[in-house]
Amino acid sequence: MCGTCGCHADGGTGGGHSHPVNGETITLEQRVLAKNEDVASRNRDWLAGQGIVAVNLMSSPGAGKTTLLERTIGDLAGRRAVSVIEGDQETTLDADRIKRAGCAVVQVNTGAGCHLDAEMMHTALGSLSPAPGSLILVENVGNLVCPAMFDLGERSKVVIISVTEGTDKPLKYPYMFAAADLVIINKIDLLPYVDFDVDRCAEYARSVNPKVRVLTVSATTGEGMDDWYDWVAEQY
Amino acid sequence: MHELSITQSVVDAVCERAAGRPVRVVTVRVGMLTAVVADAMRFCFDLVTAGTVAEGARLEIDQPAGAGHCRACDTEFTLADLILLCPCGSADVDITSGQELQIISMKVG
Repeated sequence: MCGTCGCHADGGTGGGHSHPVNGETITLEQRVLAKNEDVASRNRDWLAGQGIVAVNLMSSPGAGKTTLLERTIGDLAGRRAVSVIEGDQETTLDADRIKRAGCAVVQVNTGAGCHLDAEMMHTALGSLSPAPGSLILVENVGNLVCPAMFDLGERSKVVIISVTEGTDKPLKYPYMFAAADLVIINKIDLLPYVDFDVDRCAEYARSVNPKVRVLTVSATTGEGMDDWYDWVAEQY
Repeated sequence: MHELSITQSVVDAVCERAAGRPVRVVTVRVGMLTAVVADAMRFCFDLVTAGTVAEGARLEIDQPAGAGHCRACDTEFTLADLILLCPCGSADVDITSGQELQIISMKVG
């Protein structure tokens, strides 16, 4: 008998042992994120039915997601209808920038939340009413950990890293890079001024995700952006 | 802090299934190659269960180690992280364990 609390566990002297619990055991054997995955799957089906491609853009804060979006919206104008779902913890600053770039946008404020989830995506799609065949760019909350775990129902996941960050970021945040379909290395116009090894970064990304594509761009100068547009076109 | 959302998903599923009965133990499986920190999950569990039928329940976390299968040399090996490299040098590796994220069972009554 337990000397501390009188239960029948032979748990030694302390009270820190676990006590046997009587009662009915119910087997669940279900995925923890089943609910999110179900909603994501409904989003995916709906998007596919409309011929819409949704791309989930993820990065750390400051990697240049919004600048890349602004440039993309401008360059694709007249070629493809684009709308944007903006995820940020607070403010509509990014949504305001996107609106100024001439694009339909829905801002989702996650408050304390560190990522978008499928339900938020569902709500955003409802208020966005995107045109059939259009492109939806989802700017996730700036964070290289949490967004990787939550399927939104998107066609593809893109991770953006800038050359002002560390070359070894794919090794430090492997879950995000493992989940990605495409890695964009941004701000390559700054390469002469920083200690960033593009080839090694790409090699690190492939070490956690052997099939991942890697593109190098500068959303500021436009260099490499055509490769990104070609990649987007391949998603249709 | 995605552990909060993940733990909320666990507690929602458990409370729904408990149908009003008090929950004593919840067992989950969280592989070592998921980006989920077990201690953070335990911390969140106490917060999220407060005021529910699972308040005071014990959270048991089974943490399977990472393992991979190399297609080049056809062997199984331990994966300590997501760097998919077999000791033989090949990167043609499938993850066979460590990515589990499941609710296994619960004890009620």
